[in-house]
Amino acid sequence: MKATTETVRILPAGDRALAAEFGDKIDPAINDRVHALAARIQEASIPGITELVPTFRSLLVVYEPSILKFDELKSIILRLAQLPQSSRTGTGRVLKIPCCYGSHFGPDLPDLERYTGIDRDEIIAIHSGTEYRVYMLGFLPGFVYLGGLDERIAMPRLSTPRVKIPKGAVGIGGNQTGVYPLESPGGWRLIGSTPLDFYNPEREEPVLCRAGDTIRFYPINSSDYYDIRRMQTRGEWPLEI
Amino acid sequence: MAIRVLNPGALTTVQDFGRTGYQALGMPCSGVMDTRAYQAANDLVGNEHGEAVLEFTLFGGVYQFEGDAILALTGADMVPLLDGAACPMNRPFPVKKGQTLMAGTALSGCRSYLALSGGIDVPIVLGSRSTNLKCAIGGFEGRTLKTGDLLPVGISSVIYEEIADRSAPSYTYPEDLTVRVIGGPQEDLFSDEGLKTFYTNAYTVSQESDRMGCRLTGSAIESRHGTDIVSDAIVFGSIQVTPAGQPIILLADRQTTGGYAKIATVCTADLPALAQVRPGYTVRFQKITVEAAQEQL
Repeated sequence: MKATTETVRILPAGDRALAAEFGDKIDPAINDRVHALAARIQEASIPGITELVPTFRSLLVVYEPSILKFDELKSIILRLAQLPQSSRTGTGRVLKIPCCYGSHFGPDLPDLERYTGIDRDEIIAIHSGTEYRVYMLGFLPGFVYLGGLDERIAMPRLSTPRVKIPKGAVGIGGNQTGVYPLESPGGWRLIGSTPLDFYNPEREEPVLCRAGDTIRFYPINSSDYYDIRRMQTRGEWPLEI
Repeated sequence: MAIRVLNPGALTTVQDFGRTGYQALGMPCSGVMDTRAYQAANDLVGNEHGEAVLEFTLFGGVYQFEGDAILALTGADMVPLLDGAACPMNRPFPVKKGQTLMAGTALSGCRSYLALSGGIDVPIVLGSRSTNLKCAIGGFEGRTLKTGDLLPVGISSVIYEEIADRSAPSYTYPEDLTVRVIGGPQEDLFSDEGLKTFYTNAYTVSQESDRMGCRLTGSAIESRHGTDIVSDAIVFGSIQVTPAGQPIILLADRQTTGGYAKIATVCTADLPALAQVRPGYTVRFQKITVEAAQEQL
């Protein structure tokens, strides 16, 4: 347990939400405080709070002003935010994500080799050898903002984004890596593809990852890719946690 | 009972209150733009459970009823005609099997709501019947309506005679709208001059506005060190400022998070009026406190 003395700012986000802001940087310690506050608010089950949206460095608290006024909620949040923080970070879950690197699954891998001067096997070893923190979800349902990309394999986004990126594509954009949860336009360099559905509205849990999870990629070949897809469709794919 | 789409209008979707509770997973809320007109439409036809309605945009379209129904239209007046004869706005009225409703071009404002007793009975996806066009889920096949679509209508026990005397207020939608806003959450990233610019000028609604955001053009708002921020969460009514100093008000189909500084947030009480602005209208901003805004709710 460590005491937290850093200040939290409580800012109105209109008349039905407030933001509890812990800083203005992408920083694991700041993000831990966001998730810790979200967990405490959930445990406290405060009447009038309807939704929590954790992001990199702030927590949006959506509330019902007929039950709870801004000032009341502000003092509740300030009190909860000052409680000592447990040393556990995030959700404690580690998700192992299969990824088929290169070929048509990752058409930009040769560009990444040229740009970084690192060969494909080493890029794959670096990308799959790192644990990534899910700082937050946003942009699209199931889209994870991951921290921790090794700067040796960072590469700027495409200057002209692709109109269509397939669901499951794993990419690198600047110093971030991530997975496209559904077909969409985008400018990241595509290095591989995961057969796992990061988002499936038909599934009981529509989104695979939660903010605060840790994920780790592992390389698979194309026949594994199709096997895993089939098993997932039948509901037989055990997600290793 | 079902409705046949003979002409889908300019942009018609199935909507309800929206898909709340999934924003932490990146799932946008969607839902109706004008919640006041939506609630009124459901109240008029005796719907009590947040039933789904049709949201028309600028031009409503033509719809044929495959059975008897009770309906009501609210929001922007699109001069509705039933089999060619005028029918009311803001009051319930019965229709017979085979009759055709035409909703034309909005006289003022932008969006109308068509509610039917029993509601539009499309499948519930993640707690809502709202259409999310970007994710292609909810509503009718996750898309805007097309000619030939057949929309199922839910069963209702409402009797017309028992609700015939209901009516809802009609609103006019000014071409120069002032909305009240609460400062922040990133107000301190703007210079005093920038805040003065924002609060004293009228901004024009651009053609690129849609259900996702109301894009405005006008005097550039000065920031202290640019408007890029570490992405955080946004709400219905958040006013982002782009690097070029132009405001965008985020609306029903907004993404859950964004990377531009938010100078202010529109009060809940003024969102229905904002939902009715159309390209060319102007919007001004008046600052009030969060306490004052909450007193009006």
